[in-house]
Amino acid sequence: MCPRKFEVNAVKKLKNLKTSTKVDFATYLGVIVLYVIVSILASQGKLNRSTTGMLVPICCYIVMAVSLNLTVGILGELSLGHAGFMSVGAFSGIIAAMSLQGAIPSPALRLVIAIAVGAVFAAVTGVIVGVPVLRLRGDYLAIVTLAFGEIIRDLLNCLLVGYDSRGLHIALNLKGSLTVDDLGMGEDGVAIIKGAQGAVGVEKIASFTAGFILIMITLVIILNLVHSRTGRAVMALRDNRIAAESVGINVTKYKLIAFVTSAAMAGAAGALYGLNYSSVVSSKFDFNTSILVLVYVVLGGLGNFWGSIIAATVLYILPEALRQFSDYRMLVYAIVLIIVMLATNNPTLQGLVGRLFRGREYEYEVKGGARK
Amino acid sequence: MSNIPKEKPKLVPVPSSNKISERDVDKTPILECRRLGIDFGGLTAVDNFDMAIGRTEIAGLIGPNGAGKTTVFNLLTKVYQPTRGIIMLDGVDTHNMNTVQVNSAGIARTFQNIRLFNNLTVEDNVKLGLHNHIKYGMFQGIFRLPGYWKGERIAHERALELLSIFDMQDMAEAKAGSLPYGAQRRLEIVRALATNPSLLLLDEPAAGMNPSETAELMENIVKIRDTFKIAILLIEHDMNLVMGICEGIAVLNFGKVIAKGTPEEIKQNPAVIEAYLGKKGE
Repeated sequence: MCPRKFEVNAVKKLKNLKTSTKVDFATYLGVIVLYVIVSILASQGKLNRSTTGMLVPICCYIVMAVSLNLTVGILGELSLGHAGFMSVGAFSGIIAAMSLQGAIPSPALRLVIAIAVGAVFAAVTGVIVGVPVLRLRGDYLAIVTLAFGEIIRDLLNCLLVGYDSRGLHIALNLKGSLTVDDLGMGEDGVAIIKGAQGAVGVEKIASFTAGFILIMITLVIILNLVHSRTGRAVMALRDNRIAAESVGINVTKYKLIAFVTSAAMAGAAGALYGLNYSSVVSSKFDFNTSILVLVYVVLGGLGNFWGSIIAATVLYILPEALRQFSDYRMLVYAIVLIIVMLATNNPTLQGLVGRLFRGREYEYEVKGGARK
Repeated sequence: MSNIPKEKPKLVPVPSSNKISERDVDKTPILECRRLGIDFGGLTAVDNFDMAIGRTEIAGLIGPNGAGKTTVFNLLTKVYQPTRGIIMLDGVDTHNMNTVQVNSAGIARTFQNIRLFNNLTVEDNVKLGLHNHIKYGMFQGIFRLPGYWKGERIAHERALELLSIFDMQDMAEAKAGSLPYGAQRRLEIVRALATNPSLLLLDEPAAGMNPSETAELMENIVKIRDTFKIAILLIEHDMNLVMGICEGIAVLNFGKVIAKGTPEEIKQNPAVIEAYLGKKGE
């Protein structure tokens, strides 16, 4: 085959790709380009300290938004306890990272292990919560997940964890009478989590590069999942549960798969988030955080992952950028939210975006309508 | 529920069932309902429903509005569990199955009010019908292993093949919700066929179609039966369609079968005429 012909074939292949595949590639490319630009700016010292401090949290919130979009946008169930999974990931990740401090000297490897541990613990929590909760639908499910988020926060508030040469010491301070001293640690013991004081003395091993890699992994997992047999079944449940059952799709199984995957990714984000600060308290992961992530998802568009990324980035930076308005900061923030909501729900604008991304489909719609 | 025999129960000959068509008479009927009934609270929606359908028969279920026809479909597909009676599918009792299991046992259906996956493409709708026939797991899908590509390629080809029954291949990329009404009805049939059923239940397939579309649909239903060698049970108010293609018809009124037989017998039956037109002199 001559090279020219091969080139033509490659171009043809690119054109014949499904629109969803094209959008996926554009999303990956966008994230990579953003990472490269920010890295170059940071290496040249063009970013001030407050901006560089925001990079890791932005990465975490992007992962949170993308993973919540799997539950809300693809599965179509409203979850108000996503921060609960984040906190499970954060605390289990911190415990893993700190107790392995001696065994594994490399911080990068420890970070990877901590993120994996965070994801696994959050996934297990997802199964425990999901099995009973996913029998509910709509508003009921939303309320139960909300309660779950609060329960997790309160439980973590009483958690006492310490580490010494004999291993981990864990106690639940339900009555409020226990302290770290009651853990019975040896001389070399280190307190990792001190109840309501949260995790203290955490070694900050999270980095922007780790955040970028986590975003890419999350995107690959979730986008590929959505465009596979499994994701199709999940979307079928969202569109019409009765019809999905009638073609033999197991409702509980696919609901649980989506919910647990979403929880695991939130746990990974939580671990990264927790290891970015020297102290973390469980009250950070409350109802407000869940709602904040939900706002990112809704604003970015349900089922639209690149939208979630942009919304999370912009809305995280916005309150900081609005500092000059001082007292009126949150007022301006709310107004911007309302304007963006109105603008993204504008039919003219949607039509324009629709034509850009789904050219052929749009044409068919017009043709079909005329024929009818 | 604990004393359910593990083996398939043996088929017992039914005394009081309708005749199944000549072609299939010596084979096991694909579907047999015996004294099927369901109560909702104090209301008996369906009672003593007996019916047998041959392996390649097109059967009709007719009756006035509210007679319980769709309830029978919901009983067959286990959307409701029957209060009384037995459903035998291909000689197997289905009483401990749920909707999903009944589908893999061989019953597929369409809905009176169309239930498509509106936000997915036409092709994806058919692929969802093929869902349990596509063999690759979640992790193969996430990591795009060879199994994924092979499974999706086969599913794609099969989906287009199925869509070509109704000449819908060129709509494969369109969103199901954006299709014209008639095409949505046809897509529902394709999706049901994709699950590889041995019995296809069609709930008012011709509703909202004009006479020429209905004529085309009649041809297609017969064509489906002939190509796939399956049984079809349909609910329909369009008497031209029912009398034109059904070999056996059961008439329901107030949840009870008031008549069974061939189209000719049904047309002459005084009970049927009374149910549809009312008593003489009233």
